[in-house]
Amino acid sequence: MAVSVDPIDGTAMKAQFPLLSREVHGKPIVYLDSAATSQKPLAVLDAMDDYYRTINSNVHRGVYMIAEEATNRMELARALVRDFIGARSSSEIIFTKNATEALNMVAQSWGRANLSAGDVVVLSHMEHHANIVPWHMLVAEIGIELRWIPLDNEGRLDLTDLDTLLNGAKVLSVTAMSNVLGTMNPVRTLTDAARKAGAISMIDGCQSVPHSATNVQELGADFLAFSGHKMCGPTGIGVLYGREDLLEAMPPFLGGGEMIRDVRLDGFTTNELPWKFEAGTPAIAEIIGLGAAVEWLNGVGMDNVRAHEIALTEYTISTLHERFGDRINIHGPSSPAERGGVFSFDFDGLHPHDISQVLDQHAVCVRAGHHCAKPLMKLLGIGATARASVYVYNDTTDIDALADALDATGAFFTL
Amino acid sequence: MPGLEDLYREIILDHYRNPRNRGELETPPALRVEGFNPLCGDEIVLYLDFDSNGGVADIRISGQGCSISQSSASMMSAAVKGKSVAEIDELTRAFKAMMSIHENTLEGAETAEPIDAPDVKLGDLEALRGVVKFPVRIKCATLAWNTLAQGIEEASA
Repeated sequence: MAVSVDPIDGTAMKAQFPLLSREVHGKPIVYLDSAATSQKPLAVLDAMDDYYRTINSNVHRGVYMIAEEATNRMELARALVRDFIGARSSSEIIFTKNATEALNMVAQSWGRANLSAGDVVVLSHMEHHANIVPWHMLVAEIGIELRWIPLDNEGRLDLTDLDTLLNGAKVLSVTAMSNVLGTMNPVRTLTDAARKAGAISMIDGCQSVPHSATNVQELGADFLAFSGHKMCGPTGIGVLYGREDLLEAMPPFLGGGEMIRDVRLDGFTTNELPWKFEAGTPAIAEIIGLGAAVEWLNGVGMDNVRAHEIALTEYTISTLHERFGDRINIHGPSSPAERGGVFSFDFDGLHPHDISQVLDQHAVCVRAGHHCAKPLMKLLGIGATARASVYVYNDTTDIDALADALDATGAFFTL
Repeated sequence: MPGLEDLYREIILDHYRNPRNRGELETPPALRVEGFNPLCGDEIVLYLDFDSNGGVADIRISGQGCSISQSSASMMSAAVKGKSVAEIDELTRAFKAMMSIHENTLEGAETAEPIDAPDVKLGDLEALRGVVKFPVRIKCATLAWNTLAQGIEEASA
């Protein structure tokens, strides 16, 4: 197999992440759970710290200097996010508390206003619970119908009957990349098919936006949801991108301060976009932190991030297969070009909890469980998997440490 | 720092590799009851045959889970088979008391003794004592017992 060139120097990269210098159980930490949350570079920690130390004040209200500085810093972050995903206007960038809230906002606000009994929403078998449950809630509340795009035997979407599934549908809501299988989906093909069928498209970008260059115009997405904490930003901040005309017509989600233009005893009028959807004091420090994360990722270059992960994916799959052969089964597509750096695996017939418990003793952090994708787990015929996932700061030494720790795990349970 | 040997005692691994009372019983007369650990996706299915006094005459276990939940279920089945409701209740309380020491107190407060632990011999089940040093795994160890309690409650309802 041709080995891809890795543009990123792992050692220099790790040095920018303070947490990665700590030890666990007396050994240097090997962090392989970035699909759950990424570590944070010093640049992000400093930006948030600087906000609290020098300009902490509420935004959009005060006329004094630090309040204006805080407002500017927050709105600069919005512009950075806008450019990062190729949105046309800052009005299209809604800050939410996480991607789950962004997905719920579309289901609850757009869905309730536009869907009625019998209307069809198309999802896929590889969705995270956050892109399933909000729609189940509308099944119960309104009586919409859910249809599911099936998977092929390598864990890719099977689009054979896509047009039939979309026939008469109002919404297509799918993930750009599976948090279990690593599969990267052909988003443009999906959004084109949705548009042709007269459906709006909602893309869950939680796993894709942190790992590859994103442009909503090229994706053709009407809505895109993603979280800050998986892309080197803090927890507590997510983003909903929405096409401006859709957001204009969409009723507000939460009511309160900031989202209003006028409030009277007999009613209210809403603020303009994007603040119409941002009731209450926003997560100012987190928004500023997310802005710093975007600047930091821009500095690395998203094409470099993707190239790095393709190279590391090749190394991971070949290393684990070479060392363990049939003892390991890695789920998802076999081609690194079709997948991101998420590796769910079965090993030696051991339960994922037991695997991750022993790996932890070797300071290797992986996730074990159903990864909030129980319908997918059921389809795969398993209750849980162990999952290692990589990001910009991981390198081949981390994968070697994982393989060594797996070796020890196998030995421990077969004694 | 707790080590792996605190968690994976030999007797636990033995029950994991050679689970006792694995299988199913015909329903009815047996009662089938399911337990889930929503955090990790583990599931356990118990089949319970009750005697005329409500005691557990026979028990079988199916489902899937980690070594801790599977071995705990195996040990539980061996401990409660042929026991009366009162005996099972005592065992359950003693086991859960053992499991709750660290659930309710912070690390280091090992002097805290459970106040309502009945004075019964836990036998093999003692091997699971080390699980309390790994708080995330306590739910794995208690899954079978909670499912059993649910089954007994359903049977007496």
